Amino acid sequence: MPNIRVTVDGVRYDDQVEARNLLVHYLREQLGKVGTPIGCDTSNCGACTVLLDGLSAKSCSVLAVQADGHDITTIEGLAADGRWHPLQRAFHEHHALQCGYCTPGMILAAIDLLRENPDPSDEEIREGLEGNLCRCTGYANIVAAVRAAAAEIRAAAAAPAPRASADPVPSAAAAAPSVEATP
Amino acid sequence: MIPPRFDYTRPATLAEAVGILAADEDAKVLAGGQSLLPLLRFRLASPTSVVDLGAIAGLRGVADEGGHVRVGALTTHYEVVNDPLIAAHCGLLAQATRTVADPAVRHRGTIGGSMAHADPAGDLPAVALALAAEFLVTGPGGDRSVPAAEFFVDYLTTALEPGEVLTAIRIPKLDGWSFHYEKFSRTAQAWAIVGVAAAVRRVNGDITEARVGLTNMGTTPVRADSVESACRGIPAQADAIHEAARSADAEADPPSDLSAQADYRRHLARVLTGRALARAAGS
Repeated sequence: MPNIRVTVDGVRYDDQVEARNLLVHYLREQLGKVGTPIGCDTSNCGACTVLLDGLSAKSCSVLAVQADGHDITTIEGLAADGRWHPLQRAFHEHHALQCGYCTPGMILAAIDLLRENPDPSDEEIREGLEGNLCRCTGYANIVAAVRAAAAEIRAAAAAPAPRASADPVPSAAAAAPSVEATP
Repeated sequence: MIPPRFDYTRPATLAEAVGILAADEDAKVLAGGQSLLPLLRFRLASPTSVVDLGAIAGLRGVADEGGHVRVGALTTHYEVVNDPLIAAHCGLLAQATRTVADPAVRHRGTIGGSMAHADPAGDLPAVALALAAEFLVTGPGGDRSVPAAEFFVDYLTTALEPGEVLTAIRIPKLDGWSFHYEKFSRTAQAWAIVGVAAAVRRVNGDITEARVGLTNMGTTPVRADSVESACRGIPAQADAIHEAARSADAEADPPSDLSAQADYRRHLARVLTGRALARAAGS
């Protein structure tokens, strides 16, 4: 079986994988990172989205062996020092989920969107998340959550020091840099 | 589903990849995997071995070759969309690539993979045809170049022979032309029911030359020769353009499937060609 060396959520792994194993299966079954769900298995739904070297990828459409030598971030790697990522918090506060199945993929796709476009319009948010399906009809609140998180991240980046953040949540600025740390 | 078992190799050189492919007709090439992995998961493909091109240097990136832009086969859609050379000289390719699937798929999927997969509903083959691109191929017999008009042979079938690897696509620069890719699909990220790749050259308010490639109007992309002829010398105005576009389906033999019946596709091709040309001509 092929050997792979990967970094997942900041931890290095050296593992043997079957060549036909999909990345999502490796994450869930070998590493126990079940925060990444398998949704449609057709490349459509985006529930299994992770960041691969900082760029969003559907982990059902990547072989585990293709991830050899690369850096992966899953939903389980976003919180830092016991604090949620601003997007996780925004999804919670804006009721951007009902069943929650699409949420890990939505949040990682949204991180990718904000990396390229820190201040997206509603239309740009919808386009940026077009590869992620929510079947609880929650898009309106998802868009609102991404917009709010984007504002929070921008405010944190603009603030001279974490203490001076304009954000009402004191820890926001400290949590924000994890967005930048992924590529 | 979990894909069927296969041998996996990641050769470091093109020669090694060609050697493996030439020795095994049931081997499959893996580029970005965004077409191949769904096929494997659905078990629509059961290759004996998968040859991953990912470790081969020199297959990725965009280069200026004077009259052409050379795009390495492993260049991702994301890289194509963001490349300054492509933006400057092959804007139609960038625009059409921006409509392929969704951001996560565009990060992984490659131009070479899309072309070699040759899905008639894929957006890029019609663009390659309209731009008269050349396909650079390396195989057991050496290197050769295949014009776009000969590359797409049938449904999911190209002129690539066993053992051959698509290494790059050379696209003639159409500087001074204007362009538009018009895509009609049912939902976000869905395949095109019909797509139209259009480019026009204008002089003093008249169209002097036009290129039109059609997506999903047959088993291969279709070059709409009749429209191209009809456009020559007409004013770059909406009425004249839509009149010329009435022959858009003349060369096509569109399929009937779950998305659309053939006659509806013919209608779409005429309407969308008119729109694409009008947008390209700025009218």
